[in-house]
Amino acid sequence: MDKKKLNWIYKKLFTIRFFEERIKKIAKEKTVPGYLHTCIGSEAICVGVMAALNNDDWISSTYRNHGHAIAKDCDLKKITSEIYGRKTGICKGRGGSMHISDFDRGMLGSFGIVAAGPPVVLGAALQEKINNGKKMSVSFFGDGAIHNGAFHEAAGLAQLWNIPMLFVCENNGYAEATATDWHLNTKELSDISKAYDMKSYQGNGNDVFEVYKITNEAIIESKNNEIPIFLEFKNYRFSGQYEGDTQLYQPKEEIEEAKNNDPIKLAIENSINHGLNADKLEEIKNIALNEVNEAFKYAETQPWPDPEDALKEVYVSYPKENI
Amino acid sequence: MPIKTVKEAINDALVQSFENDKNVILMGEDIAGGKGREQYQGTQDAWGGPFGVTQGLFTKFGAERVRDTTIAEAGFFGAAVGAAMTGLRPIVELMYVDFAGVCFDQMMNQAAKVRYMFGGKQKVPMVVRTVVGAGFRAGSEHSQTLYSLYTHIPGLKVVAPYDAYDAKGLLLASIQDDDPVIFMEHKRLYMTKCEVPDDLKPIPLGKGKIRKSGNDITIIAIQRMNLFAEEAAKKLAEDSINCEIIDPRTYSPLDEELIFESVKKTGKVIVVDESNPKCSLASEITSLISEKCFSDLKSPVAKITAPHTPVPFSPPMEDYYIPSAEKIINVAKNF
Ligand SMILES: Cc1ncc(C[n+]2csc(CCOP(=O)(O)OP(=O)(O)O)c2C)c(N)n1
Ligand SMILES: [Mg+2]
Repeated sequence: MDKKKLNWIYKKLFTIRFFEERIKKIAKEKTVPGYLHTCIGSEAICVGVMAALNNDDWISSTYRNHGHAIAKDCDLKKITSEIYGRKTGICKGRGGSMHISDFDRGMLGSFGIVAAGPPVVLGAALQEKINNGKKMSVSFFGDGAIHNGAFHEAAGLAQLWNIPMLFVCENNGYAEATATDWHLNTKELSDISKAYDMKSYQGNGNDVFEVYKITNEAIIESKNNEIPIFLEFKNYRFSGQYEGDTQLYQPKEEIEEAKNNDPIKLAIENSINHGLNADKLEEIKNIALNEVNEAFKYAETQPWPDPEDALKEVYVSYPKENI
Repeated sequence: MPIKTVKEAINDALVQSFENDKNVILMGEDIAGGKGREQYQGTQDAWGGPFGVTQGLFTKFGAERVRDTTIAEAGFFGAAVGAAMTGLRPIVELMYVDFAGVCFDQMMNQAAKVRYMFGGKQKVPMVVRTVVGAGFRAGSEHSQTLYSLYTHIPGLKVVAPYDAYDAKGLLLASIQDDDPVIFMEHKRLYMTKCEVPDDLKPIPLGKGKIRKSGNDITIIAIQRMNLFAEEAAKKLAEDSINCEIIDPRTYSPLDEELIFESVKKTGKVIVVDESNPKCSLASEITSLISEKCFSDLKSPVAKITAPHTPVPFSPPMEDYYIPSAEKIINVAKNF
């Protein structure tokens, strides 16, 4: 792997972790409005998949989107400003934490409705196919989402139409307060793809390099063979469903055990094998922390939107007096 | 008399209904919580839904009647229809009304129509409990009210209580009702309190309530808007404007008589609804008044609603979106 990519991967991993830790802190202090869903434990999946994508490839995300947005190279200051509800936010303060999206970075959207993303990404992939486009299309969703009809209908159509795209399922052990090993009907989550005769691969979602490798190969296979591919990455949701969740249903023993496989810890342990020495690692870490601090400093001082901004951009064209 | 929050009152009504009728069951996502982790102490009943409203039911009534589901709303809503047709009285939880889209067909085409379409032999005694409302900084996909979406459909009944007393009485009635009922709980009202007698009887659906009587202006307030109507009425009283506040409480059926009586008395009406304005409860009530009370009106009916936009996230925009006491006062003073 070339040095630039390697540095990028580490920087993104650290940035997401520092960012989410800061979000946890401000959630406790109640300094920002609304629901906050953090993704501590998902860093390797966010970064590993995005490392295999081009900057303008399409993705969809969910309410748990901070890691995806950061890894997709969305502007960190604008992400933070959005979470603070400010005018300079990435969605002008209209979306908030649950809907961080930047179309210019290929983010089709972060949807609050479980399984809303896969059909939308199917549509983007269909567009690429029809127009002989080169962009890859990737939908991120959770283990809980595989029970929803929208996922199944998208999977069926993608397979039937030979659409190159990736269904990336993050199996983090929980859908809200419900454990994955209870809610699955199949032995393995990715077995669900067999119903559609869809190719699938599983990987360790805590190992950023494994995620990257699997995704990279899947993209090549998907494009060459014109097929959708289902990827399941297993990890652990250290965060609660949302900030403020009591997490009573996540046994202490389980959380402790999962810490052995913390994606950041694994990446640090792995860094020597990839030729990153401790000094360089420390340097990257500091840059990441600094950028996070700067982003929050920026967001805190940004102006609020004007109340009447609520009326803008509902439509492309519409009589103003009818809003 | 015991003071209860809306949340407690709803929980009480559920417990009472479970005790009175063994056919009552509850289905929804994490209505207990902790599924799959029962072997660890304290993990069962860990949630009681995202707002803790159904907390304790699992422990009291067990896994057969209090069923955590997967994220498969079309599946368990449809199951509720079939279970209701064949003898159970299912209550299903739609975590936020904004998720209506993924299971609307089961309500709109199945629950609402089987009785009519299949010759009147069947009934569908089910209740959908759902959470509505803006003002929680929850963004566009977790803040809608969508009252009129359900009210529009023949075959569905729609209930939206304001206080704890009505929440309990109306939920008891909804569960006993033989038709499908959408019971809407406002997230900003859950922690509000009032006196609720332990032996409260079911409150019949289709009966509105005069929250304050007056002679000058009728304010018809939908669910949380009663809060602003009361605030506005207090301020307006200082200027000797005496408002009557009507809380219709149920929207299908609607207590038209109560509304018309008040309009006859005052001749001036403000309808306050936090939903979007087009084809809303506000426009429905306004049109009924114009049709039935035209000659009683001293001026056109005034509507105060949200604008025709999704619910924005950021506080200044969301506060602007939601109707307020000031908006009511301004309209009242300009009559
Ligand atoms: C259609 C729909 N139903 C229910 C919800 C409420 N909800 C939000 S997140 C969630 C759990 C999703 O779990 P999973 O897909 O595993 O994603 P994770 O949160 O673990 O990333 C649920 C039930 C929703 N947002 N949309
Ligand atoms: Mg999950």
